[in-house]
Amino acid sequence: MEKIYLLIVLAPLIGAIIAGFLGSKIGRAGAHWVTSGGVGLSALLSIYVLLQFINGSTGIYNDSLYIWMVSDGIRMEVGFLVDQLTAMMMVVVTFVSFCVHIYTIGYMAHDEENWPKGSLAGTNSYQRFFSYISLFTFSMLMLVMSNNFLQLFFGWEAVGLVSYLLIGFWSVRETAIFANLKAFLVNRVGDFGFILGIAAVAMYTNSLDYAEVFKLAPGLADTQISLIGGTEWSLMTVICICLFIGAMGKSAQVPLHVWLPDSMEGPTPISALIHAATMVTAGIFMVARMSPLYELSETALTFVLVIGATTALFTGLIGVVQNDIKRVVAYSTLSQLGYMMVALGVSAYAAGVFHLMTHAFFKALLFLAAGSVIIGMHHDQDIRNMGGIRKYMRITWITSLVGSLALIGLPGSSGFFSKDAIIEAVHHSSIAGSGYAYFAVVSGVFITALYSFRMYFLVFHGKGPRDEHAKAHLHESPKVVTIPLILLAIPSLFIGMFTVGDMVFGEWFKDAIFVLPEHDTLSAIGFHGTWAFFTHGIFGLPTLLAASGVAVAFVFYIKKPELAESWKKRFESVGIYQILDKKYGFDETYQALFAGGSRGIGKLLWNVGDKGLIDGLIINGSARSVDRFAGWVRNIQTGYLFHYAIAMILGLLVLLTWFVIA
Amino acid sequence: MTFEKFVFYVFAAILVFAATMVITRRNPVHSALFLVLAFFSSAGIWLLAEAEFLAIVLILVYVGAVMVLFLFVVMMLDIDLATLKAGFIKHMPVGVLVALVMAIEMFMVVGPANFGLEKVPAPAAQGAGYNNTEELGSVLYTVYMYPFEIAAVILLVGIIAAIGLTMRKRPETKFQDPSVQVRVKKADRLRVIKMDAED
Amino acid sequence: MIALSDYLILGAILFSLSVTGIFLNRKNVIILLMCVELMLLAVNMNFVAFSHFYGDTVGQVFVFFILTVAAAEAAIGLAILVVLFRNRRTINVEDLDTLKG
Repeated sequence: MEKIYLLIVLAPLIGAIIAGFLGSKIGRAGAHWVTSGGVGLSALLSIYVLLQFINGSTGIYNDSLYIWMVSDGIRMEVGFLVDQLTAMMMVVVTFVSFCVHIYTIGYMAHDEENWPKGSLAGTNSYQRFFSYISLFTFSMLMLVMSNNFLQLFFGWEAVGLVSYLLIGFWSVRETAIFANLKAFLVNRVGDFGFILGIAAVAMYTNSLDYAEVFKLAPGLADTQISLIGGTEWSLMTVICICLFIGAMGKSAQVPLHVWLPDSMEGPTPISALIHAATMVTAGIFMVARMSPLYELSETALTFVLVIGATTALFTGLIGVVQNDIKRVVAYSTLSQLGYMMVALGVSAYAAGVFHLMTHAFFKALLFLAAGSVIIGMHHDQDIRNMGGIRKYMRITWITSLVGSLALIGLPGSSGFFSKDAIIEAVHHSSIAGSGYAYFAVVSGVFITALYSFRMYFLVFHGKGPRDEHAKAHLHESPKVVTIPLILLAIPSLFIGMFTVGDMVFGEWFKDAIFVLPEHDTLSAIGFHGTWAFFTHGIFGLPTLLAASGVAVAFVFYIKKPELAESWKKRFESVGIYQILDKKYGFDETYQALFAGGSRGIGKLLWNVGDKGLIDGLIINGSARSVDRFAGWVRNIQTGYLFHYAIAMILGLLVLLTWFVIA
Repeated sequence: MTFEKFVFYVFAAILVFAATMVITRRNPVHSALFLVLAFFSSAGIWLLAEAEFLAIVLILVYVGAVMVLFLFVVMMLDIDLATLKAGFIKHMPVGVLVALVMAIEMFMVVGPANFGLEKVPAPAAQGAGYNNTEELGSVLYTVYMYPFEIAAVILLVGIIAAIGLTMRKRPETKFQDPSVQVRVKKADRLRVIKMDAED
Repeated sequence: MIALSDYLILGAILFSLSVTGIFLNRKNVIILLMCVELMLLAVNMNFVAFSHFYGDTVGQVFVFFILTVAAAEAAIGLAILVVLFRNRRTINVEDLDTLKG
């Protein structure tokens, strides 16, 4: 098995290296064959591994392959921990990534149009893109398969780096450069917390290995440490919150979510990749993986819960007012990530990870469908300019509908099971903040339905595209685009009903995820088979809210579009619309507070510190004072012999006087 | 007052007088001559201190060689005396003040309080067989052999440096070059030519 | 009897006189050189006196070396003076200020 695991990780890396360094030699076809082949191989092997786990013919693998160094007893190594959680993540990552690879062949086919003619950055951009997304897959695999914190951090940072490269892939666009810078910087904030958490782990357990840390963790549950200001904190709370700050950055939780919508500047395939399989799921996965630590700190769990609930509700609201097709999907991702965090917060890790999986499929689907629409609309992303596209792009239409239904939780679809499990878990939780979280996730269902179908109706129904020229050229995307859509639509619909029983309420994760009995909200729900869950859910409040959300969207955007306008006016008059349109002013606040603040500090340091002190006083000042001193001293050097003689004599006199007096 | 003491004071008076003259005369030639006088009288004082060899050396080397060299140079150079003496009076007070302070301080150090007869008794006079030169030589050629050699080298360097500095080729002067004269060849002097016999 | 202090005071007077000489004859290099010789004489006087009073020949040896060095110094100094005069047609110290910073 060890060879298989190694192959799963290395195949995308080798593909990335070949496509990246030999891109000009192997050409476009070579690049997409080698990378898709590598990721495809990984996907096949991952599925094989998962099947092995399902059959029970393989156990948990936890071993180090290579010890990089040993410092003061802390081993820094490369190793794999493959259990049920990892196996599932591997399948999700590689499968979605494989679909994205295939899709990219179609989406990036005319990438040279996006670059200025003859620009150096534009040369072999196609191959480079494939190299990046393969590298992305490799990084994410390293992250999920790691058996120690260091490798986790490596994967964490590698994912951040590649996302930076990909978001700013069209480096000739200024907005893309700003967006990738923003993603990178915001992630740095999170990573700072993350590495502090890892440092705290290493400091108190003297180990970076998961198994060892988890074994030692219960013993440290009562340890108190004093932080700045001398306040006493539970060690576990500090570690968990620090690690979670990292997860907030990667998984785009409020208030570190600001980079995710802007990451839409990248090509659509990587939006799908970032939002579905890699990057943002890293945070969820990490918290689930660290469940033995999080279980020990209710404070940290509440923190996770509140942040998640806030993200779930409030970013969803922003999605309602967005007009860029990709941004709507992006805010929906934020909202869904919030759901996952809520699940983690109430110790329903299995439900969170389950939602991660179903979400990966339907969100990748939605993104790729959006990308397909964008291809059809010739890179016009404004949904107000669209409409009636269903007549021209049937596969895109159907798959989008599937994705949207799964997203809002149509009973029976995968989203229904995962979301309902979360809502039920929150309902049964008694942890602090669960009431607020319940309110947030339930009302979030309505919001989700509203913005999803607002987008769906505006894009696929109603009157045809405004632009006649666009209308004339509108046609279905090529097969390389539609096949991934179909490939993703199938699990989006069906994977939930087949797996919910085992994954969420069954024994699947019992070795991978640790839940204290008193926190076990999932078993409190009382699961009596998928069918019972389904029938119970059909008439549940969330389904009702989702249906009403769809209905509202239908009325507002199909039946009476003027109603939408009047409501918009009404909301504008009380300022709510503006708040949402400004995304609660996070960007502006950060701009003013951090960017402005650091610019202010920078300017201060530049003017006072650099120009005044260092340049003025130390550098030029020392030169000036030497100059001045020398100018004064050179007057002493008259060049007259007798002056030197007199100086000597006077010196002798002083010496003599000192000798006599002393 | 013993005779020795009398002689000492006489020489000391001459010495101080001569030194004063050296620094106050306008004419450098006079100064040089007074310096000779100063050397002579201090040689006399050194004799009193039983340093006969050095006293003779002082006269031979200083008076005989160095001071003659001084006189040579002074007379050789065409010096404008008037400008050289300008500012003489102006600088007198400062010079005298500094010298006075210095002298008083030195008196405080070396005066009778520290080096009087009570502190340092006069040594017994050497016997008739005493030979200062032999005494000095026995130390100089044994213990101070290397410094002595180095002193010789210094003198050599002094000679070479002095010659090197002042030597110059004057194109208008005529001189013989013995080394060229010695190395002369037959071909340089004699040229045999072939020619037809004349009628 | 002549005390050691008598010799030393005589040396001190000689030294002070030569210092005065340096102040007074600040422009004439030749007299400056003579003053230096006078200073050396004062120093030698002390050496000889100490040598005599403490019965140590080493003091005289030292005087011997000082005389050697002084002779060399005088020779080179005068040589420099001659070269200087040859080049600048003056030995006035006030005209020699190329060392000025």
